[in-house]
Amino acid sequence: MPTKIEKDAFSGRDTTGHEWDGLKELNNPLPSWWFWTFVATVVWSIGFCIVYPSVPGISGYFGGIWGYSTRDAVTADVAALAAQRAQVLDKIKDVPIEKVRQDPTLMAVANTAGRIAFANNCQPCHGAGGEGRPGYPVLASDRWIWGGKLADLQQTITFGIRSGHAEARQSQMLRFGVDGVLKPEEIASAADYVMTLYGKAQPSPAAAKGQAIFAENCVACHGDSGEGKREVGGPSLKGAVHLYGDTREAVIAQITNPRMGVMPNWNARLDAATIKALALYVHALGGGEN
Amino acid sequence: MEERLVMSDITMGAMAGHAVPHARAVVYNDNVIRKFTIATMFWAAVAMLVGVVLALQLCWPAFNLGFSFTNFGRLRPVHTSGAIFAFGGSALFATSFYIVQRTCRARLWGGEALHNFIFWGYQTFIVMAALSYVMGYSRGQEYSEPEWHLTIFLVIIWVAYAIVFIGTVLMREEPHIYVSNWFFMAFILTVAVLVLGNNAAVPLSMYSAKGYTAYSGVTNALIQWWYGHNAVGFFLTAAFLGMMYYFIPKQAGRPVYSYRLSVVHFWSLVFMYIWAGPHHLHYTALPDWTQTLGMVFSIMLWMPSWGGMINGLMTLSGAWDKLRTDPGLRFSVTAVGFYGMSTFEGPVMSIRSVNALAHYTDWVVGHVHSGALGWVAFITFGAMYYLVPVLWNRKGMYSHKLMAWHYWIATLGIVLYITALWVAGIMQGLMWRAYDQFGFLQYSFSESVNAVHPYYVIRMVGGLCFLTGTLIMIYNLIMTVHSSTTERQPAVAGE
Repeated sequence: MPTKIEKDAFSGRDTTGHEWDGLKELNNPLPSWWFWTFVATVVWSIGFCIVYPSVPGISGYFGGIWGYSTRDAVTADVAALAAQRAQVLDKIKDVPIEKVRQDPTLMAVANTAGRIAFANNCQPCHGAGGEGRPGYPVLASDRWIWGGKLADLQQTITFGIRSGHAEARQSQMLRFGVDGVLKPEEIASAADYVMTLYGKAQPSPAAAKGQAIFAENCVACHGDSGEGKREVGGPSLKGAVHLYGDTREAVIAQITNPRMGVMPNWNARLDAATIKALALYVHALGGGEN
Repeated sequence: MEERLVMSDITMGAMAGHAVPHARAVVYNDNVIRKFTIATMFWAAVAMLVGVVLALQLCWPAFNLGFSFTNFGRLRPVHTSGAIFAFGGSALFATSFYIVQRTCRARLWGGEALHNFIFWGYQTFIVMAALSYVMGYSRGQEYSEPEWHLTIFLVIIWVAYAIVFIGTVLMREEPHIYVSNWFFMAFILTVAVLVLGNNAAVPLSMYSAKGYTAYSGVTNALIQWWYGHNAVGFFLTAAFLGMMYYFIPKQAGRPVYSYRLSVVHFWSLVFMYIWAGPHHLHYTALPDWTQTLGMVFSIMLWMPSWGGMINGLMTLSGAWDKLRTDPGLRFSVTAVGFYGMSTFEGPVMSIRSVNALAHYTDWVVGHVHSGALGWVAFITFGAMYYLVPVLWNRKGMYSHKLMAWHYWIATLGIVLYITALWVAGIMQGLMWRAYDQFGFLQYSFSESVNAVHPYYVIRMVGGLCFLTGTLIMIYNLIMTVHSSTTERQPAVAGE
């Protein structure tokens, strides 16, 4: 078998004497910087394993001589930040929400805390400026389903809407079509009438028929003239803002098989002071009521 | 045809300035290699096109087009698996079959039917997997999305591949096994173990495509990243090093720099890599000791990885002038450069405290692409530019000018891509951990999404450049095969 060691003319090194398809190899040693860096990383790694958690045992593991733990580290970080925030949040914690609003220093705290809490928790559904999205109510206008006073907002944020919490805001629209309460043509007439409430349809015989159906079925929650009833969470049907759309199809769909959104009870995630700050922040978006 | 190809190969050797010591002709099977070469370039175009579409979707969500099957979530595995397994895999089949025959001086073991089964079986697997992803079937584990029935099919093909490759090595005429073949065998063996380990699943029923992974919770996460990291380590690193060890010395016409280095870095690489997976799970439910071991093995992996880079680059000493005349070699050498960079970046990112900044950001995506575009794709391009004229018996590439265009436009694309995602990723990491003086978060998540938008656009442009380069290459390769200007002189062709 051909094992012929040659001297490479360019480098002056010997080849190993092997050859494959014209390919040969030089008999160069390991580059010493390469070798010693490799050794250094191995030595460093051994040292790292001595000071940090590394070797598993039968039950548990060697925790390293520095006693480091990622879980302890993150718990300490989170606690330190909470303590830092508490220094400012404590200022508004026990002050009634109306009083906070009247004190510019305290309002500065509420705005700082409220802005980031809103951006991280509310913005994905309600929009960066509370402008709302289809299915998600506008927070920057004075049209409120459950009320726009500070106490109302605080209540809504704390316990949520249809969140499953015992104190959640709760309202339920009947499934007029799916459950056979109204016939499809009655629903269509009611829709024609509802559309006259916000001026998208002109009064017509169908709408007149719908008015009678409306009076019998809808006024209990939506009010005699569709102005809404906040105490039961019945949205206003007048005006330009419509949660699930203002077309005839959308209104018929909503009466037939209503969509009813859910908002979480934020007390499961945010502390009371942050929720207070959030209520003040939302109140100031443009639609807050006194 | 085959006889002629052997002749042409010997001629290439002679052209590269080597004596041809073994005149006894072995009839190599190049048919299957030609098929895999075509598949390589086809899947390159598909995978990179889907990549550009995904980049567009990240810039402007309207490009999701509103269909379930064009949704980002369904297209992403088509891109990742398309790039790694369809493009990269086909390139590895082509080059490993080419290299193993030449360096063993033995015809590919097994009959042509078996080789064709491997080719068509693997292509069918790719198409089936891609279709299942867009139809919504996925295991939901990165780079390991095919459901159980496809996995079984893949395992059969892989066993056939292993038998053919190892069979050829066993039947070799050369006394020693060339370094490329060590890497290819490590790749074939380890990928088999990885797939069998990670894809263990319980089917919902014999007649359902859906299966559920055999592991639960953090065990599943650990096994997934043992698989995922070593898919990088053995599929995208070891196997492509095998490619590098053949084509760079061939293109440069120089001996491999150091045999000893190749031995030491091969064994240290394959030993270290397999433990490094847990660095994907820093600061998770994975126990701290496992994280630490994943991290230190990643650090120790630095020099073993660089051994390949040193051997690749130092092999060029005495032949650097060839970079001027051989644009194909330019791809191979740049690939080794990107390889060195990303195998340094990887250990750095595996350090727990660096990972605290980098994890979940686009830095990771940039890192993967400096490896995927800079190393895997470039080393493949270099190999393909060498192989296509040889396989189709042409005297050279159709246009060196187009090769140069491809080189520069693709390099620009990589630079745009990875620098944009460095900036975007580090910015995301810093924004997510920024607190104001009261301890409140400085930025919301959506603000960080907004902030990276311009860099996503730059990334998309980078990807578009890379895709354009690939299309130029495909044109150039087609012209090489079909144009009359690249025909050999009859006397050389030896008909």
